[in-house]
Amino acid sequence: MVNQLEIRNLHAKIVDGETILNGVNLILPKGQVHAIMGPNGAGKSTLGKIIAGDPSYEITKGDILMDGESILEMEADERARNGLFLAFQYPVEVPGVSNANFLRLALQAKKGGEVNMMEFYGKLQKALQTLEWDESILTRYLNDGFSGGEKKRNEIMHMMVLEPTYAIMDETDSGLDIDALKVVAKGVNAMRGPNFGALLITHYQRLLNYIIPDAVHVMIDGRIVTSGGPELALKLEEQGYDWVKELAVTG
Amino acid sequence: MSDNLVVEDIGNEYKYGFVDEVKPVWKAEKGLSRRVVEAISYHKDEPAWMLEFRLKALEIYQSKPVPTWGADLSGLNMDEIYFYAKPTEKRDARSWEEVPEEIRRTYEKLGIPEAERKVLAGVGAQYDSEMVYHQVKKELQRLGVIFVSIEEGLKHHEDLFREYFATVIPPEDNKYAALNSAVWSGGSFVYVPKGVKVDLPLQAYFRVNTAELGQFERTIIVVDEGADMHYIEGCTAPTYTTDSFHSGVIEIVVNQGAKSRYTTIQNWSHNMYNLVTQRALVKKDAYHMWLDGNLGSKVTMKYPSSYLVEEGARSDILSIAFANTGQHQDAGGKLIFAASNTGGSIVSKSISKGSGRSSYRGLIKVYEGAKHVKVNVECDALLINEESRTDTYPYMEIEDDTATVGHEATVSRLNDEQIFYLQSRGLPEDEAAALIVRGFIEPVAKELPLEYAVELNRLIELEMEGSVG
Ligand SMILES: Nc1ncnc2c1ncn2[C@@H]1O[C@H](COP(=O)(O)OP(=O)(O)OP(=O)(O)O)[C@@H](O)[C@H]1O
Ligand SMILES: [Mg+2]
Repeated sequence: MVNQLEIRNLHAKIVDGETILNGVNLILPKGQVHAIMGPNGAGKSTLGKIIAGDPSYEITKGDILMDGESILEMEADERARNGLFLAFQYPVEVPGVSNANFLRLALQAKKGGEVNMMEFYGKLQKALQTLEWDESILTRYLNDGFSGGEKKRNEIMHMMVLEPTYAIMDETDSGLDIDALKVVAKGVNAMRGPNFGALLITHYQRLLNYIIPDAVHVMIDGRIVTSGGPELALKLEEQGYDWVKELAVTG
Repeated sequence: MSDNLVVEDIGNEYKYGFVDEVKPVWKAEKGLSRRVVEAISYHKDEPAWMLEFRLKALEIYQSKPVPTWGADLSGLNMDEIYFYAKPTEKRDARSWEEVPEEIRRTYEKLGIPEAERKVLAGVGAQYDSEMVYHQVKKELQRLGVIFVSIEEGLKHHEDLFREYFATVIPPEDNKYAALNSAVWSGGSFVYVPKGVKVDLPLQAYFRVNTAELGQFERTIIVVDEGADMHYIEGCTAPTYTTDSFHSGVIEIVVNQGAKSRYTTIQNWSHNMYNLVTQRALVKKDAYHMWLDGNLGSKVTMKYPSSYLVEEGARSDILSIAFANTGQHQDAGGKLIFAASNTGGSIVSKSISKGSGRSSYRGLIKVYEGAKHVKVNVECDALLINEESRTDTYPYMEIEDDTATVGHEATVSRLNDEQIFYLQSRGLPEDEAAALIVRGFIEPVAKELPLEYAVELNRLIELEMEGSVG
């Protein structure tokens, strides 16, 4: 079995709309953390949502394979239960549904049965501790009235409780203050290990000071145009995207 | 049991649709007539004044036109309805052993005796036209709490009965209140004496088993000064291919400083016309809450109302309506302010699924001279599918300019982004949709006792099955 998340020549469009991904190739081996960077509108979030199974996009060509198996036929919930997780760029508010209650339902769905209350509470406590966070966030309604930073931190808490095999974090660092950024990085780093792979979508090198990636990919116009080590992020920080855009045209 | 299932194709699973093998010991002839009214009165062995009252109400009923301002009632044919069916000779059994076995089994399936042991202060169970069981905890009996069938109320507490009967809702009020006044049968008579606090809820459970039967329960609740009580009403019926009819009248008096709550979880089968008049008279510094949950029935027209008649009286009306394909929930509430420094609110949450239709119909009336009334109305509608429908009819008659009146209304559609978000955490689409709906009604559902909130959530999950995609 190949222990990796593979995006193979992926082309996709909005259902009844324009094409956004034009042949994405990317391999994330289990146990590694990769960063995806790229200008606004390049298609990074779209890629994340498509991997997670967002039905508002349609795949026209290519494949997504998790540990060697195509997941295209699976609905979003099935992918999640199989170990995929997307931390949203814009987490959605669900009024009237308590954060903890929802998380328990999600964990039950994943485990396929009742979750022991003690075990669940233990996981919550551990996540909260790592994220240096207060219990009061548990009883609030899911993302309802959360600040931008609280929403991002909550996504990481969900990830820590659900313990996915592959996680995509879409701009989890945007909107976080410096302290929160460190705390969230701590959460992600706590998950790192041979059984966890992550794609970090980010605009800022800063996050990568705290979560050192194994590889950095640059996406432009719906394609990965270049990849490299952590130094690539530094170069982008200094020089911007113009030189990569040229690569995209010439390449 | 499944052999007896008569399931109309309504596109969803109604788990209470089973038919019991119970034949009434006596059933009136079909249709409504003076003879039928006399027969009902005869079977109840009533005083002469009650028969007179019934016959007068029948005339009032016949003189009023079928209302056309609300839901479509053209399918309701009175000639095809039985107005009375007596399930057994014994009324108000004091123990479940005394209830005929077939009937008892139904209540066991519905979990009533178990709930009675665990979470209730008393239970009344109506089967077709009569209350077959009625019991209230001994401690409460000793404190003078009366919780019996309306018939026993009339028989054993006639003075108290006459003091309140038809004073809150006279037969002239509306066509179906008049009808109920003519043919009423079953319902509870509740009296909570001064200062007595009933900690656990009293529950009445209504079951219609006979096909094409009309159920016309009449309930009187008096919560005396400083007392406190919570009454819960639940109901189910078999799913027949022919329609049934339920038209209750509930009169509540909340005396000075008292607190009361009336909760309904209406889960009739989808062949039921449900036209109910319920009204509370709220006195000085007293409080009344209506919590009205309408999930079942084919057509419901129901607007619980509170009349705030003395200073400091307050009332909240919380309403949930779920209209699935083939259903019209025309629900809402009325708050009538006839005294100063009174206040209240209406919070209505409606969900329409498939081609279901829910309407909010509400009235706020502040009489001239009722000073400093504070009232707030919030009605939110959630539409699940393209063809789902909702309407809002908010009436305001504010005659005093010292009143503070707030009104807010929203209509939203089940949101794809919310569904995907929840799904991306592992919840199947149906469950995600049900969870969003539960969240939507949470502001009302959280007022329910835990067991009932759980039951409501379960019912909503059932209704939401196969709803999206
Ligand atoms: N559902 C949609 N409807 C319309 N346009 C869409 C939709 N999803 C994506 N797009 C368009 O596709 C392009 C890529 O969007 P995407 O959100 O993937 O970019 P991004 O790389 O994540 O950008 P950012 O860095 O600003 O978050 C944009 O032009 C966006 O407007
Ligand atoms: Mg984005």
